[in-house]
Amino acid sequence: MRRPDARARPLPLAAIGALAWLFAAPAAQAHLVTTGLGPLYDGVGHFLLSPEDVVSVLAMGLFAGQRGPAAGRIVIFAVPAAWLAAGLMGFCIEAAPLFSQPQTAAAIAVTLLVPGLLIASNRFSSRSTVLLVTVLFSGLHGLLDGVSQRRADSLAASLTLAGIAASVFTLVVLSSAFVVSLRIPWTQIAVRVAGSWIAATGLLLLGWSIRRMG
Amino acid sequence: MTTNRRNVRGAWWCCVIAVFIAWVQPVHAHMLRGESIGFSSGFEHPISGWDHIIAMVAVGLWGAQLGSPALWLLPVTFPLIMAVGGFLGLAGVPLPGVETGIAFSALFLGVMVLGSLRPPLFVAVTMVGIFGLFHGYAHGTELPEGGNAVLYSLGFVVATGVLHGIGICIGLIHRWPFGRVTLRVAGAVIAAGGLFFLWRAIQPEEQPSPEDSGAFVAPTRSGNATA
Repeated sequence: MRRPDARARPLPLAAIGALAWLFAAPAAQAHLVTTGLGPLYDGVGHFLLSPEDVVSVLAMGLFAGQRGPAAGRIVIFAVPAAWLAAGLMGFCIEAAPLFSQPQTAAAIAVTLLVPGLLIASNRFSSRSTVLLVTVLFSGLHGLLDGVSQRRADSLAASLTLAGIAASVFTLVVLSSAFVVSLRIPWTQIAVRVAGSWIAATGLLLLGWSIRRMG
Repeated sequence: MTTNRRNVRGAWWCCVIAVFIAWVQPVHAHMLRGESIGFSSGFEHPISGWDHIIAMVAVGLWGAQLGSPALWLLPVTFPLIMAVGGFLGLAGVPLPGVETGIAFSALFLGVMVLGSLRPPLFVAVTMVGIFGLFHGYAHGTELPEGGNAVLYSLGFVVATGVLHGIGICIGLIHRWPFGRVTLRVAGAVIAAGGLFFLWRAIQPEEQPSPEDSGAFVAPTRSGNATA
């Protein structure tokens, strides 16, 4: 008979893989990633090679996991759904705003800063606000992804966005489940420290984008 | 072994592997020294100056001496406020006495560790926050334009956290009698370092001569040189 804890081993291993991918990623480029495996995998590749997206999703996953299993269960579906919906909106609606590079960086910085601060403070408990924050920020990232797909045809763009959403779902599930599984007190503190690091990264990125705007 | 311990062990391995992989820099045919390339160049920035290193390690040492909740509250506060300082530096907001503040931070923290002093938590956090502002501002004004701001910032913050972590790990010897003495000696060394950097910071800056600065010196008709 298998022990219950034996089933939990793939989680940290998968987390190792996800984090290794995050840091192994080279600089994000304006052009889209072409894997040669089709638009769906191009979307997966685009997500994995975009550290700003990965760190943001990681922050949302940590935040949701910190708020408990109930919040985590909602967020793991809400975040990829919002990402995909906003991506399709950004692709389809011609009037969707086109941001300059510093503006995009500033918007992304906020998506790191706010969840990071919420994780670090660990004082927030309203499930509806967790949902609001994560949906808002994932929607912003999705919108930017959708706008960047405008040159592609509809089917390819849809598949690419679906690939991105699938990657988002995977990472948000892994990160939130990891946090929910933590029971030792100092590991919860480690999550808060990670939140402070994410917030600090966001703040520096915001300063950087303001300097570029100036 | 419980699930939690396995998860925690997995997370540790995760961090080790991630940092190892992150150290690899993308290949550039024309890489210029000083450019912000990515994670590794950001990671190297906070560990490039001893005044920063000793102050950040001292934060960890003092946190370990103070115990929980200061043990984790100080290392959480420092990167956040340091990022605020970095933000101000990047935004071009003036802040006077930065070098003096950095040197004083090492002196102050060293004295705290040396004396094993225990001010109220609010005071400790406030002091560390103020020092973090100076350190962050200095880094913010020095940050170059770069290729990947996210990875650079992440590396920068992680390096700061690692320095705190080193301080905390060393500070854990506080539980043994010889460890307490050793920590106080370490505090004295840090305070001495802080004093040295403070002395250097308050020295009047020497104006470089035109020859030293490498500027073109053109002779004038009267025989004097103008830069």
